[in-house]
Amino acid sequence: MKTLKEIIDICKFQAFDLNFTRAKEWKLEKDGRVLVGYMPIYFPREIIHAAGGMAVGIFGGGDRKQIIKGDAYYQSYICHIPRSIIELALDKHMAHFDGFIFPSICDVIRNLSGIFKQQKIGKFVKYMDFPQNFLPEIGGVFYQQEMQHVLKYIKEINGIDVTIDALNHAIDLYNKNRKMISYIYNIRQDFPWRLSIEDVYYIVRAGTVMPVEEHNELLEQVCEHIKENIGVPQDKIKVVISGAFCEQPAIGLIKAIEEAGCYVVDDDYMLGSRMILGDIDASSNNPLEAISNSYIKQSQYSSSIYDVNNPKEYRLAKIVESRGATGVIFAAASFCDPSLLDAPIFQNAFNKMGIRYISFQYSENINQYKVIKEQVGAFSDSIKLWEDEPVTAVI
Amino acid sequence: MTQEAQKERSMILQKEMIDGLFNDLAKAKETGKKVCYTFIPGNLSELIRTFDMLPVYPEINALQSAMRKKSAAYIKEAERNAHSEDVCTYVKCDVGMMMKGNIGPTGLKIPEPDILLLSYTGCFTFLKWFETLKREYPNAKVIMVHTPYQENGVMTPEMTEYMVKQFKEEVIPQMEAVTGIKYDEEKLKRHLVLAKEAQDWITKIFDTTKHRPSPIDAYFAGVYYIGPINIGFRGTQEAVDYYKELYSEIQERIRLGLGPITPEGEMKEEKYRLVVEGPPNWTSFREFWKIFYDMGAVIVASSYTKVGGVYDMGWRHDSTRPLESLAEYCMNCYTNLNIPQRIDLLSKCITEYQADGYITNSIKSCNSFSAGQLPMMREIEDRLEVPVGFIESDLVDPRYFSYSNIKNRLESYFQMLEQRKVIHESEEV
Repeated sequence: MKTLKEIIDICKFQAFDLNFTRAKEWKLEKDGRVLVGYMPIYFPREIIHAAGGMAVGIFGGGDRKQIIKGDAYYQSYICHIPRSIIELALDKHMAHFDGFIFPSICDVIRNLSGIFKQQKIGKFVKYMDFPQNFLPEIGGVFYQQEMQHVLKYIKEINGIDVTIDALNHAIDLYNKNRKMISYIYNIRQDFPWRLSIEDVYYIVRAGTVMPVEEHNELLEQVCEHIKENIGVPQDKIKVVISGAFCEQPAIGLIKAIEEAGCYVVDDDYMLGSRMILGDIDASSNNPLEAISNSYIKQSQYSSSIYDVNNPKEYRLAKIVESRGATGVIFAAASFCDPSLLDAPIFQNAFNKMGIRYISFQYSENINQYKVIKEQVGAFSDSIKLWEDEPVTAVI
Repeated sequence: MTQEAQKERSMILQKEMIDGLFNDLAKAKETGKKVCYTFIPGNLSELIRTFDMLPVYPEINALQSAMRKKSAAYIKEAERNAHSEDVCTYVKCDVGMMMKGNIGPTGLKIPEPDILLLSYTGCFTFLKWFETLKREYPNAKVIMVHTPYQENGVMTPEMTEYMVKQFKEEVIPQMEAVTGIKYDEEKLKRHLVLAKEAQDWITKIFDTTKHRPSPIDAYFAGVYYIGPINIGFRGTQEAVDYYKELYSEIQERIRLGLGPITPEGEMKEEKYRLVVEGPPNWTSFREFWKIFYDMGAVIVASSYTKVGGVYDMGWRHDSTRPLESLAEYCMNCYTNLNIPQRIDLLSKCITEYQADGYITNSIKSCNSFSAGQLPMMREIEDRLEVPVGFIESDLVDPRYFSYSNIKNRLESYFQMLEQRKVIHESEEV
């Protein structure tokens, strides 16, 4: 078994390897393997696995890629992630990828799919139109058709017909993956000092760029390590981060929040890896239907899912309560429509519920966190000072 | 001193139609009519009329507020209530208007919705907008229609079937429940026949820009022309009559060899023919237009006039397949087209209407249009070797309309067009 430090070092490298080296090596190990890049937030990676491929998360260049060409593609008032993704593509960081998936999350990512098509990047480009109708017989059927389109594209490349067994096997692997990530978050809820949020981030993000089998092995070992009472508790408040589900904050910012006096006990940084709550049925005769049902019935709330019948403010409030958090940090990428348009909904509701929060905006490439750190520090201090005051939450 | 705008008969007709709608809305509670809030792209006007409902278009209220210089105060009100500076200003203007009593652009109160009908064609912000409105109007019934995006540049039978299922199993039963009116497909078909007729007329109207001089401006005047077909009158005899009248006025202008009517009268000389991509700025609409007509520039086609439906590629409502036809309509609005389709459509406009140039008006707070405009512009420039220009403004937030910046950029652009003309003429000689 590797030490925790060794695992974190592996994950740290993998998570930010903008050349996607491990994915490339994996592809070259066997004929017929395909690499399919997917953008945030969520994509059912199981179907790519079942088709002999690997789904690879593309979360932008962060603060590690200088943007030169990308700025010629996007105006200053559009978020940063599409320009770093196009920069990665034009600089051939993803030249070994066969196809690209653009999940339906916002107008910017949707239109980025069109730019990839126009630039003829990859063998296929698929805008994945997730259903906003949540009846299995309507939206569910449509979603299954969307997944079939992806499988058709892959079959055109490697000739593989996906079987029920292969899909169920993939579902099983990803169930294990989600379960172990969930276990890590549950441990951190009570013992957040055992593993920093920075380390959790490396571990979860690394899973988006390596084979799920390898990631599961690493996760198993992490789970073993954090069963032990390691680390030293510090005087910090517990918070939940919300709004950072697409363009990712730089790792320095993720670190700065904890350094400023907060334990982040839940977040939506890598929401896609935790999108499905609980297991997907891995024994179905119609696994695509099982995946579809899981999205419709077991999804985490998201700014990109129409929520009128399941209001997101109450779902976030429940997370805050169940994690024992005393506050929420709304961290939205600059110009991120879904996140920023949700802000008044959350904030108005939390004002009524008495849940404390702060909000700030970031960009994936900013690496000056002094102001944010001070803001978070003041937030933490103020909660510590008021900690005896009852929170009048009505959830 | 502001000069009074010159008005054509069709403009007066349109004003009467819109005033009538707002009067009906103000009296909705007395008359018992149900009120349906919905959006322009993918608006299901014919279905709304089938259930005798009155439509309210929040984005129209926003742009009308901007033209009446009220949007700045509404936006500030929304921003005081946690709305970000960086999101769609239509949303903030609408929310601010609601917070200040929901008095509509004509000065009459807009009634609360009985239905929030969300067919969020080509714009994710619509979805977020109605999530916000639902919390303000908890008694309204929300009806969601997911319109698939034309990601591959086609409307597949699967996409149509998905939408039709939503109409049959969700939209229509819920409309029946709210209105107490049973769905009458024959009535819907009659509206669709009239919708097709209006679509035929508006296509002919926008096609008149092939003439030299162009008898109309397809952007600045075009946004008025699309009014009736987009704001609830599509599918009515009133809309057909309006477009017939408008077409006959334009024919007369062609016969007389006249250019477009501007707020300061007829445009005397057509020097440049342009295609414009992107919505206009509404807060300084006349100043914005003036920059163009002062330079002798006429817009012969624009993407914005296709936001409520793309008819110039031949698509029409079809009363023989009513629900399928509604589905296709929703999927075929401009912002539901993928980027290569948008490039093809705009290229066709530039070629067919013999444009001298292509201008992008990039809107700060509208990603549905703005994301992708730069590579689109470069592709069009490469493909057609047409001079391209780029300006930036906003929909209804006056803070983002910089008159001098826009004027400077456009003047430089027109100088470039002029030099190009001189070079071409000397080459021909």
